[in-house]
Amino acid sequence: MQTGNMLELIDVSHVYVNDQGASLAVEQLNMAVRPGEFVALVGPSGCGKTTILSLLAGLLFPTRGSVLLAGVPVTGPSPQVGYMLQQDYLFPWRTIRDNAAIGLEIAGRRTKAALEAVDRLLEELGLSGAGGRYPHELSGGMRQRVALARTLATEPEVMLLDEPFSALDLHIKLQLEDLVQETLRRRGKTAVLVTHDLAEAAAMSDRVIVLGKQPGRILRELDIPEELRSASPTEARKQPGFQEVFEELWSELNRTEEGERHG
Amino acid sequence: MDERNNGKPRRLRKVRPERSAFSAVGRKAGQVPLPRDGMKGAAGVSVSGHHAGQDETAALVSGVAEEREKLLSALHGRHLARQRRISFAVWGMQALLLALFVGLWETAGRLRWIDPLLFSYPSRLLEQIVSTMASGTIWPHIAVTVAETAAGFLLGTLLGTALAVLLWWSPFLSRVLDPYLVVLNSMPKVALGPIFIVGLGPGFMSIVATTLSVTVIITTINIYNRFRDVESGFVKVVRLFGATRAQLFRLVVLPDSFPVIISTLKVNVGLAWVGVIVGEFLVAKLGLGYLIIYGFQVFNFTLVLSSLVVIAAVATVMYQLVAALERKLTAGWRER
Repeated sequence: MQTGNMLELIDVSHVYVNDQGASLAVEQLNMAVRPGEFVALVGPSGCGKTTILSLLAGLLFPTRGSVLLAGVPVTGPSPQVGYMLQQDYLFPWRTIRDNAAIGLEIAGRRTKAALEAVDRLLEELGLSGAGGRYPHELSGGMRQRVALARTLATEPEVMLLDEPFSALDLHIKLQLEDLVQETLRRRGKTAVLVTHDLAEAAAMSDRVIVLGKQPGRILRELDIPEELRSASPTEARKQPGFQEVFEELWSELNRTEEGERHG
Repeated sequence: MDERNNGKPRRLRKVRPERSAFSAVGRKAGQVPLPRDGMKGAAGVSVSGHHAGQDETAALVSGVAEEREKLLSALHGRHLARQRRISFAVWGMQALLLALFVGLWETAGRLRWIDPLLFSYPSRLLEQIVSTMASGTIWPHIAVTVAETAAGFLLGTLLGTALAVLLWWSPFLSRVLDPYLVVLNSMPKVALGPIFIVGLGPGFMSIVATTLSVTVIITTINIYNRFRDVESGFVKVVRLFGATRAQLFRLVVLPDSFPVIISTLKVNVGLAWVGVIVGEFLVAKLGLGYLIIYGFQVFNFTLVLSSLVVIAAVATVMYQLVAALERKLTAGWRER
C-alpha cells in the first residue's frame, strides 16, 4: 500500500442520499497524487469535482472504497490539508491578521511567534500593512490573497483549491495564479485544483484529469509537457505548446458532452 | 496662474449652468476665488459647451494640485451644507407637528371641544408631572417600573438567547420543540399573569415573570432563526480547520448573528414595557402602570395620561441607551 503517494483514492464511490432519493456522484474512482505534484481536475458541472475535493478534505466520507492521505485513511478535516474556497469568506468582524490566524486559533496554536509568522506570510503575499484592516476595506484580489494566507498559516502539506480564481477579474486572476503556483512550489506543497477553466488547468498544473459526469468518473489523464510546467502560468500561456494542450482538453470535453447528448 | 484660477470656475459654470450652488458655496467658503466679472461672464454664457467641458477635464487632470484640492473641498462643503439644510428641515417639521398637536389638544380641551375630564390637556399634564416630581411622589413609581422593565428586559434577552443556543446545539431538540414554540408564540402569554401572581405572589417577581412571558419566546425564535441562517461558507471555513461545535459557535455563529441579537434587544425594550405595564395593571401597589389603573379607578385621566407621558419618556431613554450600545458594539465591521 505504501506507494509514496500523498493522496490516493481507491475504488471510491460516493452516493448523496436525501429525502428525494439517492444519487451517485462519483463511481469507481482511482486516482493518486504524488508529493509536490500539482493536479488539476476539469469537467462539466455535475461531474463530482467538488465531491472529490470534499472527500480529500475529510468533509465527506466515501460510500465505498477508501481515501488515503500519506497512506493513512482520512477520518475528518486534518491540519495537513488546506482548502481554498471559491469565495474568500473572510469574517467581516475580524481584522485581516485575525482572519489569517483563525486556523491557528482553532488548532490552539495562536502564539506570539505564530502571529509573527502570519504577518510575514501576509507580507510575502503582498499584503504588508493590511493586518490591522478589515476585509471590507480590501479589493477582491487582496481578499482572496488573505484567504490563501489563512490556508497556508497552518502549514498544510496538501492544498485543495476549489475554483479559487473564478470570481476574480481576468487581470487579478492571472496575477493570483502566478502567486499561488509560485508560493506552493516554493514550499513544496502538493496541490489539487478544481476548475472549469481549461486554460487555467493547463497553465498551472503538472497533470490534468478530465472527468465525465453522471456518475463522475475519470475519462482521461493528460500530462502537461515539461516546458509548460516549469513556466509560471502567465508564461506558460505564451508557450507554443500551450495551445496544443488546450485544444486537446477542449476536444476531450466536447467529445464527452456529444457522447452524453446522443447516448 | 491667476488667469487659470479665475478662468476655471467660469468654465465650470458654463458646463453645468444649472448647478449654481457650486460657485455660491465656493464663494461663501472663500475657497475658489471668483471675481465679480467671473459671475457676470457666467451669467451671459452662450459659448460652445462641449469644448469647455474638455477644457475643464484637462484643467482637473493637469491642474495644480492645490487648485484641485480647492475644487474638491468646495464640492464637499456644498454637499455638507445641503445635508445640513435637509436635517434642519426635518427637525423643523418634527417640531412643528409636535407643536400643532399639543396646541390643538390644549385649545380643544380649554374650549371644551373635547371633554377635558376624559382627555385632559397638555398644560394640566405638565402641571401634574411637575408637581409630583417636586413633591417627590412620582419617583418611587418610576424607580419600581424601571427596575421591573430592566430586569424583565435583561432576563428575557438572556433566557431567550440561551434557549436559542440550546436549539441550535441540538437539531433534534429543536425539531421536538418546534410545535410547542409555535403554539407558545401565538398564544397571548400575558393571559398567564394571574397564574404568576398566584404562584409567585403579588409584586416584583410576578411582574417580571409576566414580562418574561412576553419577551422570551419571540427572542428565542428570532435569534435561533438567525443562527440557522449563518453563511454556510463561513461554517465551511472553520469546519475545514477541524473546529468543534463550540468553536463553530464562538468563532462564527455568535459574531455573525450579533447585529440581529442587538436589534432583538431593541424590540425587547418595547415588549418589556408592555409586560411590565400589564403586570402592574394586574397586581401592583407601586409603579407607573399602577398609577394608570389608579387614575382610571378614581376617574383622574390627567393622572392616566401624565403617567403615559412619563412612560414614553423613560422608554425612549432606554431605547436610546440600547441603540448607543448597538453602535458601540458593531463599530468597525458594519460595512460588508
